[in-house]
Amino acid sequence: MNRIASIIGLAFVFAAQSASAQTLKTVKDRGILHCGTNGTLAGFGLPDAQGNWTGLDVDFCRAVAAAIFDDPTKVKFVALTAKDRFTALQSGEIDVLARNTTWTSSRDTSLGLNFIGVNYYDGQGFMVRNALKVNSALELNGASVCVQQGTTTELNLADYFRAHKMQLKIVTFATADEAVKAYDAGRCDAYTTDASGLYAERLRLTNANDSVILPEIISKEPLGPVVRHGDDQWFDIVKWVHFAMVDAEELNVTSKTVSDAFKSDNPEIKRLLGIEGNYGEQLGLTKDWAVRIVKHVGNYGEVFERNVGQGSPLKISRGLNALWSKGGLQYGPPIR
Amino acid sequence: MHAADVTSRPTRSLLTNPTLRSIAYQVALCSAVGFLGYEAITNAADNLARARIATGFGFWNTNAGFDISQTLIEYSSHSSTYGRAFWVGLLNTLLVASLGIVFATVLGFVIGIARLSSNWLVAKVAAGYVELIRNLPLLLQLLFWYNAVIKGLPEIRDSLVLPGGGFLNNRGLVLPKPIFEPGSGVVAIAFLAGIIAAVMFRVWAKRRQALTGRQAPLLLVTLALVFGLPIFVAYSIGMPVGFDVPQRGRFNITGGIEVLPEFAALLFGLVLYTAAFIAEVVRAGVQAVPVGQVEAAYALGLRPKIALRQIVLPQAMRVIIPPLTSQYLNLLKNSSLAVAIAYPDLVQVFAGTVLNQTGQAVEVVALTMAVYLTISLAASLAMNIYSRLITSAGDAP
Repeated sequence: MNRIASIIGLAFVFAAQSASAQTLKTVKDRGILHCGTNGTLAGFGLPDAQGNWTGLDVDFCRAVAAAIFDDPTKVKFVALTAKDRFTALQSGEIDVLARNTTWTSSRDTSLGLNFIGVNYYDGQGFMVRNALKVNSALELNGASVCVQQGTTTELNLADYFRAHKMQLKIVTFATADEAVKAYDAGRCDAYTTDASGLYAERLRLTNANDSVILPEIISKEPLGPVVRHGDDQWFDIVKWVHFAMVDAEELNVTSKTVSDAFKSDNPEIKRLLGIEGNYGEQLGLTKDWAVRIVKHVGNYGEVFERNVGQGSPLKISRGLNALWSKGGLQYGPPIR
Repeated sequence: MHAADVTSRPTRSLLTNPTLRSIAYQVALCSAVGFLGYEAITNAADNLARARIATGFGFWNTNAGFDISQTLIEYSSHSSTYGRAFWVGLLNTLLVASLGIVFATVLGFVIGIARLSSNWLVAKVAAGYVELIRNLPLLLQLLFWYNAVIKGLPEIRDSLVLPGGGFLNNRGLVLPKPIFEPGSGVVAIAFLAGIIAAVMFRVWAKRRQALTGRQAPLLLVTLALVFGLPIFVAYSIGMPVGFDVPQRGRFNITGGIEVLPEFAALLFGLVLYTAAFIAEVVRAGVQAVPVGQVEAAYALGLRPKIALRQIVLPQAMRVIIPPLTSQYLNLLKNSSLAVAIAYPDLVQVFAGTVLNQTGQAVEVVALTMAVYLTISLAASLAMNIYSRLITSAGDAP
């Protein structure tokens, strides 16, 4: 009898399991945000020796947690490979995926996902050994290239070699870690991934100075956080966390100056900080949602410089990721 | 006592009828399982539809767009479909599994018999091998062999040049590739004819031995027929087979046949691992044959080698085949660990790249499981038929 009861119980579990349309409520009830991120990419998602996670994407998740809980530590990070990331999000294992993921039309439509925007404008490049004396990606005809599986990189690589009528010998690895190790061991002539990733991975080689990053950028890789399709409220929250960080940078509100900013007369700052209007409540959050983000995590510029910019070993310049007002593409719609 | 009292039994309630009860339980269980399955499927379909995740196999005929490092059939990123990529992956799986099964069987039998050797050193070395290999996780061994290959072999610029024009380096082994020119069909026919002749010779030799007791040099004649004949024919018509000798290129060795290090490491790891288990199966099988059988063979004057081949092994095979089958199936399933070392098998290509690019996890994983199930069932069916054949052959007078 017990067995029959447990079978019937199992059937109810199956029946009850469904894509939750109330992610915010689930997260609040759980008391912690589940964030899928990269576990091995310096600058974007990487735990240090003490187990503290660092990175641009990691800080994005902290910002979401700060906006909801007023506490950036209420995040459980789940390290995902490129191959497993979408399944983890679709199945509800994570609430938000911030794992240097390229926004493409098919991912946005047929995978049941929504991209909230672009938190890093990237493009694919190549890294080769100096000894090969290669100056351009166009000279790579017949080369072996190591690549990570389940990425747009894999597809761009095939496209690029085909478009330039070059022979390609691809070696596809399940994780970036293995691909870089194989490149380091001489299994491949070149390693390819997003340019930001190349700078990060080069630091892990036995001898970083023996490899050079080629000038060509062969694709557009707009990297952005992703949420499940079908929960508009959650989609709005995650989207506006990003915009609030960009707007805060534009308005010069930083983690250090946020308390002074309360004295500002600028109506835009007043709306951002929740002194005027009820924009936080409209999102399903509190009035001071943006203050929480900036206070605990910082604005977009601070997060960028700390993780991938001049304050980090990667020393990547802002480039396309500068604010629109400074010649870049980062642009936050107004809060009003 | 009246007869009527004996024949009329007390009428039993239907509720206590054991046959009916057991039928009712089975029906209940079946419908519960069926309901569970139905719920799981419809629920998954509902959830997928609600989340707007594409379903079905529509992706099968769309362009794949990614490259694969080892393709046994023609495949290119721009003109091949996801369906084609599936077949490429499946063939790569079958290649490594079938070669693995052949080599693991040979090695396993040698080691299993070596374990029973009266030579102390041979027996201990074999026992040491089995214990070492059996007790380490296969994944670890594969990673070890892969790193041994790509870190142990020279880099491309310092390739070892093999006699005959091959190259060996940490990107694999490149050998001259035979090119069949017109006239090579005759050689192929000679090869086939050689095989048929060898089989016929074996049948004739067996019959003659049964009648007269005289033995024939089987191995020598077989080798001469199967390999000697086609080589002789090829020479006599002026060598219609040329070779595409590999050359050093700007980055890689070009031309020739390439054996990838990923393939070599996977095959090597699978063979060594499975052979250890097969060795134990063989040892158990041989030990299951009563000692009296060997003693009787010796008493009849058979030499140890012949006694092993003709008396012990045929009887041991009956014990060996069933567990051997499960070792074969294990090898097939273990080949999916290819994922860890970049060998493009079915799981790596289809349940890896294709799943990720299309995002259709349910369909892709279900199909992959169905493929492994089909291959496993087919393999075990074939082994069962073989087992029945040798069992009945042994029973015949």
